[in-house]
Amino acid sequence: MNKTRRVIGLHLGLLALLFALQFVLPAYHHGNLARIMVLASYAIGYNILFGYTGLLSLGHALFFAAGMYGLSLTIQHAGFTAAPALLTGLIAGAAVSAALALLALRTAGVAFMIVTLMFAQAGYLTILYFAQYTRGDEGFVIQAAQRVLWGIDLSEPTNRYFAAFILFATCLLVSLALVRAPFGRTLIAIRENEERVRMLGYNTFAHKLAAMIISGTISASAGAAYGLLFGYAGASFASVQYSIFPLLWVLLGGAGTVLGPFVGTLFMFYLIDLSSGITTAYMLIAGVTLIVLTLFAPQGLVGELRRRVWRWLP
Amino acid sequence: MTLLSTRGLTKSFGGLQAVTNVDLDLPKGEVRALIGPNGAGKTTLVSLICGRLAPSSGTVTFDDRAITDLPAHKRVQLGIAYTFQITSVFPRLSVRENVALAARRHIPKPDVPAAVDSALARVGLKNRIDEDAGNLSYGHQRLLEIAMGFVQQPRLLILDEPTQGLADHEIENFKALINDLRKVTTILLIEHNMSVVMELADRVTVLNFGELLAEGTPQQIHENAEVQAAYLGKG
Repeated sequence: MNKTRRVIGLHLGLLALLFALQFVLPAYHHGNLARIMVLASYAIGYNILFGYTGLLSLGHALFFAAGMYGLSLTIQHAGFTAAPALLTGLIAGAAVSAALALLALRTAGVAFMIVTLMFAQAGYLTILYFAQYTRGDEGFVIQAAQRVLWGIDLSEPTNRYFAAFILFATCLLVSLALVRAPFGRTLIAIRENEERVRMLGYNTFAHKLAAMIISGTISASAGAAYGLLFGYAGASFASVQYSIFPLLWVLLGGAGTVLGPFVGTLFMFYLIDLSSGITTAYMLIAGVTLIVLTLFAPQGLVGELRRRVWRWLP
Repeated sequence: MTLLSTRGLTKSFGGLQAVTNVDLDLPKGEVRALIGPNGAGKTTLVSLICGRLAPSSGTVTFDDRAITDLPAHKRVQLGIAYTFQITSVFPRLSVRENVALAARRHIPKPDVPAAVDSALARVGLKNRIDEDAGNLSYGHQRLLEIAMGFVQQPRLLILDEPTQGLADHEIENFKALINDLRKVTTILLIEHNMSVVMELADRVTVLNFGELLAEGTPQQIHENAEVQAAYLGKG
């Protein structure tokens, strides 16, 4: 099982590198990387549905926001401490994704995209409507005193990095285990040819439902962690923009690859960060780079790597 | 003993009746060929049997159990395996994974690797096991498709034009394979190649314009004037 050893070595190697980087990175990049790891966890969740199951959702901001508001509203209004609030965020994400899945999976293709988009917009408008509690677009700050998890102050940068690392490592390893397990293989087969999978005796609806709940719950965990680690919850995280981001990150990094979401998020984050240091028209640079990548690496960075060099990449 | 029977099975698409009032009985252990001109409703009929399509009216009974209302995947779990007319292997998955996917729903997990190996050995694809299915030639993809069917150890194996596009020597191998499989399973075979039908089928059912035209041994069908007019051509 040489291949298994290589796969596990590569992913644990990346995690070891990310763990070690916190000791050498300057403060600015240290903070960036913590944020990237949380957003990459969101992208990992998205990738399970889009990259591996072949369902293009335009409404994942709903799940991210469900996690974020499940956590922040209970802290703000119900006086929850961080741990139960985090759990509430996860449960909210699982519940919302299950409900949306039951409705949206009755459709396929473009209709699925539209239905997920519409429900996410409804979620966004709901947050704005209940501005009394959510403070709408403006959002609200979660105080440092409320961001203490099991005695660890998550507003402190080193702790925050470590918490982001744990979240990311968990999501990455869950995703890796999932796609290597028979269940994950069946999802890939559904992506390739759903009718054939059905005629092999699989309940494809149940598989897609499970995939969407796993995907939504991972996205919600990233949303909850974002609120907890960076101390802010606002309606913009539920907007359509935040549904497009994970799609973009996953496409750039490589849909249907385990490392793609991280690579795509890292790349996009620093592309905007670096180009905005050069010119105010940084979106122009970002846009041109994206077009070039789409033309010459249509399978994303990791996807291209898999196609050309490392055929064994999961 | 009858394994599969349909009564009054009818399917219409809009105004078009693709299958009309078909009563079919398939005894256990038989190899039954289903023939008919293009557009006669053969694929529609087997789609009604395996649940890909819901009938407009009529019933399907499998092993004394009414399955008309069961979804396709439940019927497959009961032991009806279907191989597609248009090759539908998973091109980006390995040959091994293609067959393993088919096997996992039907045989205990520890037995899957051995079953995959033996199924691929049987169709002669063992040496291609780690390749992507998409790299196989068309003929080999057809064989892979058949391996995905019988690895499920089905009680009824439905093959939709399995020899279409195969070379002559591949057809000979296919005949040998079916003669092997007939000892353990019942087979419903849609087939255009008359030499395959004549050699393999115990009985033949002829469909024409969605209706049952004739049924009998290959010899009887060959001599049936109505069938000749509709399908085989005269002379």
